[in-house]
Amino acid sequence: MLSPLEIEALSLSLKVSVWAVGCSLIPGIAIAWLLARRDFPGKALLDGLVHLPLVLPPVALGYLLLVLFGRNGPLGAWLHDWFDISLVFSWRGAALAAAVMAFPLLVRPIRLSMEAVDRRLETAARTLGARPLRVFLTITLPLTAPGILTGLLLAFVRCLGEFGATITFAANVPGETRTLPLALYTALQVPGGEADATRLALFSVALAVAALVASQYLARQLSKRIGL
Amino acid sequence: MLEVDLTARIGDFPLKAAFQTEAGITALFGPSGAGKTSLVNMLAGLQRPSHGRIVVQGHVLFDSEQGIDLAPEDRRLGYVFQESRLFPHMTVAGNLSYGRRLVPKDRRLVDFDAVVELLALASLLDRRPRNLSGGERQRIAIGRALLAAPRLLLMDEPLANLDAPRRSEILPFIEGLRRQLGISIVYVSHNMDEIVRLADQLIVMADGGIVAQGPVDEITARLDLRALTGRWDAGAVLTTTVVAHDNRDALTRLSFQGGDLWLPQLDLAVGAMLRIRVRARDVSLALTPPRQISVLNVFAGQVIQVGEDDGPQVDVLVDIGSPLWARITKRSQRELDIVPGRKVHALIKAMAVDRRDHGGESSS
Repeated sequence: MLSPLEIEALSLSLKVSVWAVGCSLIPGIAIAWLLARRDFPGKALLDGLVHLPLVLPPVALGYLLLVLFGRNGPLGAWLHDWFDISLVFSWRGAALAAAVMAFPLLVRPIRLSMEAVDRRLETAARTLGARPLRVFLTITLPLTAPGILTGLLLAFVRCLGEFGATITFAANVPGETRTLPLALYTALQVPGGEADATRLALFSVALAVAALVASQYLARQLSKRIGL
Repeated sequence: MLEVDLTARIGDFPLKAAFQTEAGITALFGPSGAGKTSLVNMLAGLQRPSHGRIVVQGHVLFDSEQGIDLAPEDRRLGYVFQESRLFPHMTVAGNLSYGRRLVPKDRRLVDFDAVVELLALASLLDRRPRNLSGGERQRIAIGRALLAAPRLLLMDEPLANLDAPRRSEILPFIEGLRRQLGISIVYVSHNMDEIVRLADQLIVMADGGIVAQGPVDEITARLDLRALTGRWDAGAVLTTTVVAHDNRDALTRLSFQGGDLWLPQLDLAVGAMLRIRVRARDVSLALTPPRQISVLNVFAGQVIQVGEDDGPQVDVLVDIGSPLWARITKRSQRELDIVPGRKVHALIKAMAVDRRDHGGESSS
C-alpha cells in the first residue's frame, strides 16, 4: 500500500517532529514561565526573539542556521569538535530547523495558560509549607497542562509541515532529511510525479487531522482531570 | 501567644499595629479598608511590613532590626482564606493531604481521620472542589490548614462569602477547633454576631490602626466604640455558668456577676461556661421593680451612661453587676428621667435570647 520511499518520508517526518518537539518542551516551559511570571531587563527582546520565526521568511532562518551551525559556523564547529555532531545534511539538522520554526507556537499557549493560573492558589500552597519549586511542580504546572498540550500539538503539526528552513539548512537528502514536504516537493520536480505528490499530500493531511483529533480528545480528558 | 508590633505602608495609607494575644480566639474587627487583611497577610509572610517584629509562641517570624523575615512556608501559620482557594486539580483528599505530607510525623498536630471526623468530610473525600458548596469548601480549607500543623490559625473572613444558613452550619466547626484541638486562632471579621459567638479577645481596627483591644465583653460594652462596633446589632455580652435545669418548664438557670438569668433550656451540662449576647433592643427599663409581669429576668442596677443618637431611640448602659445595654425611645428616657446615676430595673425576656446568641463554651 505504501511504497518504501513513502514509508521512509513518513517515518522520517514523525521522527524529526517528535525529536524537535520533545527537545523544545522543557526550554519552552522555562521561557514561557520567564515571560509569564518574571520581570527582567531585556524581557521585550526575549519576547521578540521567540516570536521571530513567525515573521521571518523560513528560508532566511534556514540560512541563519547554516551560518551559525554549518561546519564552519561558530556553533557548528564547536559541536563538531567536541561532540562529533554534524547537523548539516543530517536528520538532526532537520529537527533543529523544525524546532526553531515551531518554538513560538509551543511557547505562546503555555505562556497564556500560565498567566491564567490563579496566583492565589500558589500563595495558599506556600502557606501550607511548600517551597516555590514544589509549588511550581504541584500547582502551576498541572494547571498549565492544557496550554502545554495545545503548544505541543501546534508545534508538532508545524514541524510536520516544515519546508523552507529545513531544505536550506539540512538540504534534501533521501532517508536523512527528506521529510514529507520535501518528498512532495521532490516528486513535483520529476515529470509525471503528480500521482506520487497527490498521495504524499493526502498523507500530510491525514497526519495533521489525526494529530488534531487526538489532541482535542486529550485536551477534554485533561480539563476534566484538573477540574476546570 | 502572638506578639505583633509593626508599621507598614499599604498603597498610600500607613498601617500601625501593636498587640499581644493570649491563647484562644482573637477577633480582628473593623470596617473594610481598616487594614485587617493586610495585617493578617503580614503575619503569614505574604506582605512585608516596613518595620517591626512578629513573634508566635516564642518563634520570631519577622524582625526588621535583626533582618529576620521567614518565608511563608517556614512560618507554620495556617491560613484559611475568604475564597477557600482549594486546588481544583486535586480531590478533596488530595487537598487535605497537601500540607500534611510536608510535616514531619512527630510534629503533626492532628491526624487525617480526626480532621475528617471533626469537619464531617468523610463523604466528600473523592470529590473535586468544583462541585462543592461554599460551606463544604470552607470546611475543607480549614481541614487542609490544620493538617499542615500550624502554630496558629489565621482566618480571613472565612464565612463572608456564605449565606446565613451556611454560616451557622460552619460556626460550630470553628468552635470545635479551639475546644477539641486547643489551637489558637486569629479571626478576621466584620460581623459582630460571629465575633461574640467565637472570640475571647477582640481587637478593633480602623484606618490602619488599632483602636481598642481586650476581652470581648469589655470592648462591646464601650460606648466610645459604638460607631465602630455597630449600632443596629448593639448588645452586651454576659459570661455565664450553667447552674441548673428546670425540666418541667424547659428552662435553664445561668449565673453571672449580676445574678441569675433564666433562658430556654440549653443542651449543656451544669457547670459549663457560656457567653451570651443580650441585644440592646431586647432590654427594657423600669424605675420600680415590676410586679405581675411575664418577664422572668429582672435585675436592679444603675445607669452608667446615656448615648447620643439622632434617631428616636437612645442606648443606655446599665450596671447590673455586669454592663448591659438597653435601647429605649427618647420619649421614655425623658419621661422616666433616665440619666447617669439613676437606679433602674432592667428586664430581659427569656425568649428574646435565642440559640443564635449563645457563644461557645468559654475557656476562661
